[in-house]
Amino acid sequence: MSKIIGHEDNLNAIRVLIKKHKKNDRIFSYIGLFVIGSLAIALLVLFLDLVIDGYPKMNLEFFSNFPSRKPEGAGILSAWVGSALVLIVTFFVAVPMGVASGIYLEEYAKKGWFADLIEINVANLAGVPSIIYGLLALGLFVYEFGLGQSILTAGLTLSLLMLPIVIVATREAIRAIPVHIREAAYAVGATKWQVTLHHVLQYAMGGVLTGIIIGMARAIGETAPVITIGALTFIAFLPPTPVTDVAPFINFAWLEAGFTVLPIQMFNWISRPEHAFHINAAATGAVIIILTLLMNGIAIKLRYSIRKKIKW
Amino acid sequence: MAKKNPKISRALAKNIRRNFVERLIEIALMLSGLIAVLITFGIVFILVTESLPFFEAVSLKEFLTSTVWTPNFEKKNYGILPLVSGTLTITGIALIVAVPLGTITAVYLSEFASHKIRETIKPVLELLVGVPTVVFGYFALLLVTPILQKIYPDLPTFNMLGPGIVMGVMIVPYIASVAEDAMRAVPMSMREGAYAMGATRFQTAVSVVMPAATSGIVAAYILAVSRGIGETMIVAIAAGQQPNFTFNPVESAATITAYIVSVALGDLEHGGIGYQSIFAAGIVLFIMTLSLNILGQWTRKKFTERY
Amino acid sequence: MALLLNFVIVFVKKLNGNPRNKIIMARKEILKAESKNFNFHYADGTHALKDINIPLYEKKITALIGPSGCGKSTFLRSFNRMHDLYAGNKYDGEIILHPDDTNILDKKVDPIEVRMRISMVFQKPNPFPKSIYENVAYGLRVRGEHNKRLLDDKVEEALKGASLWNEVKDRLQDLAYNLSGGQQQRLCIARALATDPEIMLFDEPTSALDPIATVNIEELMSELKKKLTILIVTHNMQQAARISDYTAYMYLGEMIEFDETDIIFTKPSKKATEDYITGKFG
Repeated sequence: MSKIIGHEDNLNAIRVLIKKHKKNDRIFSYIGLFVIGSLAIALLVLFLDLVIDGYPKMNLEFFSNFPSRKPEGAGILSAWVGSALVLIVTFFVAVPMGVASGIYLEEYAKKGWFADLIEINVANLAGVPSIIYGLLALGLFVYEFGLGQSILTAGLTLSLLMLPIVIVATREAIRAIPVHIREAAYAVGATKWQVTLHHVLQYAMGGVLTGIIIGMARAIGETAPVITIGALTFIAFLPPTPVTDVAPFINFAWLEAGFTVLPIQMFNWISRPEHAFHINAAATGAVIIILTLLMNGIAIKLRYSIRKKIKW
Repeated sequence: MAKKNPKISRALAKNIRRNFVERLIEIALMLSGLIAVLITFGIVFILVTESLPFFEAVSLKEFLTSTVWTPNFEKKNYGILPLVSGTLTITGIALIVAVPLGTITAVYLSEFASHKIRETIKPVLELLVGVPTVVFGYFALLLVTPILQKIYPDLPTFNMLGPGIVMGVMIVPYIASVAEDAMRAVPMSMREGAYAMGATRFQTAVSVVMPAATSGIVAAYILAVSRGIGETMIVAIAAGQQPNFTFNPVESAATITAYIVSVALGDLEHGGIGYQSIFAAGIVLFIMTLSLNILGQWTRKKFTERY
Repeated sequence: MALLLNFVIVFVKKLNGNPRNKIIMARKEILKAESKNFNFHYADGTHALKDINIPLYEKKITALIGPSGCGKSTFLRSFNRMHDLYAGNKYDGEIILHPDDTNILDKKVDPIEVRMRISMVFQKPNPFPKSIYENVAYGLRVRGEHNKRLLDDKVEEALKGASLWNEVKDRLQDLAYNLSGGQQQRLCIARALATDPEIMLFDEPTSALDPIATVNIEELMSELKKKLTILIVTHNMQQAARISDYTAYMYLGEMIEFDETDIIFTKPSKKATEDYITGKFG
């Protein structure tokens, strides 16, 4: 059946056909690049638009003024302080719990229904809409536990959101560590916890850190659950300072204080009809997006450098 | 009985203490592991208990079939359908945008892009995922809708089209990432089979790789629907907060999430029917997203089992 | 005598000039393809093939044998430019395809064109996740064939050619995965056959199959060589001895010896070949 007869004709027919098909390849390449280019441009436009719109407000006063009825003098002092304090709570709750959870699932849990149950729950929690966490926090923290609409409540709420991210990152980082490293540690007489603490956790630290940064970046921008627990939108005072000049130098009164956070302040200003407030919103948005892009950028960079550096 | 060797008994005592500590640590870690289960139970528990009084006052039939949702009016109506219609319409618009763009991005990254291009593009997509939704809401209201109004002047300031489109852009990276994972999991031997037949890249992608990765790609779409349904800030900012039983994208309407936000922004009277109604709406939202997530994960898993 | 020899040489050269009658002097065979000074480097720098010169004769089976990692699969995959799919692979030298004397390694020659002329059967059966019918018809569809009647005929012909028709004719729309391993491999052969290739490449086609399926495939290959040229990589020396006409022994990226199979297996000229054949090494 080999085509000796009319061979040249056959070859030419094939060539014409290939040319036609290759055109589809090329067209799709262009479409693909175009789509991805548009997405990148969308991201850029997003960023530039906020920065340009908000530029007139980008000065120190904006960071040191309270919100005000007058758009010109309004600032984000209470919002960024609130965000920072809420994040401190979130960090100290979500990180230990998430890392411990991840360690348990990877290093300790035996295969079986119990591990499966936890696993299914972690997977589903990652997909629960953030506003549902807000409802949980409203019912549980605000009213059942009587924590009120406080910084503590908000921090706990956001830590629920951050938890699955930290758990998943911890597990992935731990899973990348080969068995022979653990065996080497066991072989010199280490206990399970020593192996975990001295080796597994140390080597997984980079990956865990990536997850923590991404989780914190997400917590900074989260709005819906914080609104749902009833965060105030207009706050013209600061919570008590966490550090004092009298012993024991630390107080926890700020945990119970009312608060607002950056995204809520932005949301509040977007909702005003006056254009001047939209400028404030843009400036706040620029602050938020610079923070989150920076944190995500660091996390991505960190992940790539870990992937490059470590070859087991 | 031989005399006890003091060295050995000391070591033994140390062992017992060490084993005890080890056990304690394991239990502490297990409790942390349980937190995920507790949260799930907490969600179900709170949603059910807080909305029970609501369902005592409002019949399930009215809740599920009435097409009017006016909890703040004199004559109160509690039909969830207008909120569902708003949610579905906006999610539908988002999918019209995100499914083609996300799929094209995934195919390009998985089958066309060189290693170097892929390593450059993926971080950009990850950054896009990191953009807070309140920022997307700003764009929907103050950038996209004004542009749309130039094309279609009758478009109201609050509408479903603008936020739908913006939500679509937000969802693209999710679809692209899950679908790309699915396509890259298709074994190389299958691609080689197609290339060896003289197929071009495009032919291989469309006729071999995509069919082989169908369930993974479908899972990406399902998870995207779930994400759209649960999205809050874009719609709360740009679609309006007025419940409206319509599927018309150029009208303003509230979604389930936007309703919860609008009530939470007002003065919440703990135990009042307004307070309870957001938990009732929350149950509907939770059931919708949970079933989609389970379906999506199941589809995805079914795919990974095959290879 | 010298004059007569001279006359023969001139005659042969003349024949060689006409591509359709290309003849190698020593054996009265038509040359279908030949590799000339073929070198191959993997992306990591490994020099996997060194100056390989191997001819393929029309309607003959040529077997490549040698220990694992000797480069035989790498060589086989060069024939349909599979290496182009992976970035960083480098190769030089020529693989000339006759009768049109195309150097299929030439960057100007489209790999797709090469693959349309030279088809391949892989080590592990790799049917597409499609029906039996669509698997076989795939190559024709790729070539833009939509005529249902013609497709039906070609699919039937190819499945018959791969001795699979009787087993699957009543369930052509079944998913290819439902076939047994041996059937899947014959399906892959049918898929490769349906497009009337000039050469078929087999990369250890029976290594994943049970003995009965292996016998089936071997019989099939002997049948196929009536129509086309075959290059096969095999781990199994008995298989090479049973089915091939020519055998090349490769070791560490070099072609140690090439000759008629009978000669390779009875009186090889190199000690290394003999050691491998007799099992002293390998």
